[in-house]
Amino acid sequence: MIAALAMVALIGCIAWAGAAGGLAFLFSVVLPYVAVIIFVVGVIRRMVYWAKSPVPFRIPTTGGQEASLDFIKQEKWDCPCTTGQTVVRMLLEVLTFRSLFRNTHAEVLLNDPVNKGPRVVYYSSKWLWVFALLFHYCFLVVIIRHFRFFLDPVPACITWIETFDGLMQVGVPRFYVSGGLLLVALLFLLTRRLVNERVRYISLLNDYFPLLLLIGIVATGLCMRYFDKADIASVKVFIMGLVHLSPVSTAGLPSLFVVHLTFVCVLLLYFPFSKLMHMPGIFFSPTRNVPNDTRRVRHVNPWNPPKQFFTYAEYEDEYREFMAEAGLPLEKQPEKAAE
Amino acid sequence: MYNAKAVIVGAVIFAALFSSPFWLNVGKADYKRPDVVLPKNEKECVEPVEYMRAEHMALLNQWRDQALRNEKRVYVSSTGKEWTISLQNTCLKCHNDYANFCEKCHIANSVYPYCWTCHITPEGKK
Repeated sequence: MIAALAMVALIGCIAWAGAAGGLAFLFSVVLPYVAVIIFVVGVIRRMVYWAKSPVPFRIPTTGGQEASLDFIKQEKWDCPCTTGQTVVRMLLEVLTFRSLFRNTHAEVLLNDPVNKGPRVVYYSSKWLWVFALLFHYCFLVVIIRHFRFFLDPVPACITWIETFDGLMQVGVPRFYVSGGLLLVALLFLLTRRLVNERVRYISLLNDYFPLLLLIGIVATGLCMRYFDKADIASVKVFIMGLVHLSPVSTAGLPSLFVVHLTFVCVLLLYFPFSKLMHMPGIFFSPTRNVPNDTRRVRHVNPWNPPKQFFTYAEYEDEYREFMAEAGLPLEKQPEKAAE
Repeated sequence: MYNAKAVIVGAVIFAALFSSPFWLNVGKADYKRPDVVLPKNEKECVEPVEYMRAEHMALLNQWRDQALRNEKRVYVSSTGKEWTISLQNTCLKCHNDYANFCEKCHIANSVYPYCWTCHITPEGKK
């Protein structure tokens, strides 16, 4: 936790110092291009690596009744048996985090009246699901809203999203609900790691670092919008220079903007090598993306060596004479087989 | 590679979505800062231009609060000059052309403030 905090702070300081100390070109032009290339190539490389791993057998983790006799109701989405049902299951997983919805929280009751002593009790726990969903959708909306800096003229759909996001018309510049909720959700996810002792025990640097990095991105972004404001007309000139492959200098932009940009670039650089790869990874999860049809379809391991069969007919052909001599019963007598 | 078709389709969709800011701009002329028409008869705004570009919306709100809620009608700028706090008589006296001043930057950056649902849009001298 401390190491991750130190790393994010260090990245921020380096970017800040770099922007102030004449290295703005490195941080605002070279780094973004390198980050974008490494992100795209890294993600696709990892996807190909995963796609090369064979999944010869069906290993879905099921959460309900398998397709069975007609009068037993099948849980179609938790235990799919056809491709269509699996697609629905995947969509529910990707869009609504269905498996996280089943999250439980275990607790030991020391004086349980039922047991007259200690007993483990499992409660349904939806908080992680709520805030995970909130974080992912707010992040998506925030990313889509940023396209106003990438496109000219700004498409109407982005303006609609902004209208709905700022529907409460609080303050100027208008407060976007998605940005605020994004920070709240991230802070919850971080607090959960720190407060819940079991989660803290298994949390590592690579759990804290992306969270703190995202908090850094959101905090600098919110700060530039609501507090130490950046001139967005200059921001758009700079960003459009980048996407037109004819970069312009960051002159006139606050150092905070360079810090924000550097955080985003570090996120892109870190992404293909981290647990954030669950974005494409969810589609490659054999515990989710295969139908549970082990009982109705025969699955043969594709790289098994070809079997050497020795059928009874061949056996009899081989040993017919000896079997006849020994008086054993034969399907074909030697004189018939000779014909 | 297993399920090559699906994986390639997925990879192409991913790359296309992520790189959309680049290829959506291919063939378009380089972006230029919208050229707002500055007032001709006045050289100096209430605050320096960098401050006004970033903070004008906050200043407008501050002026609204001071004039209408605190009845304070004098604004002392960072240069020490005194200005009358009034949208109609100070701001819009010089910036009297909505279409060539406010709107140009706002539309380019997808900013749609609700000032003009109440206030009268300045339409310039005809």
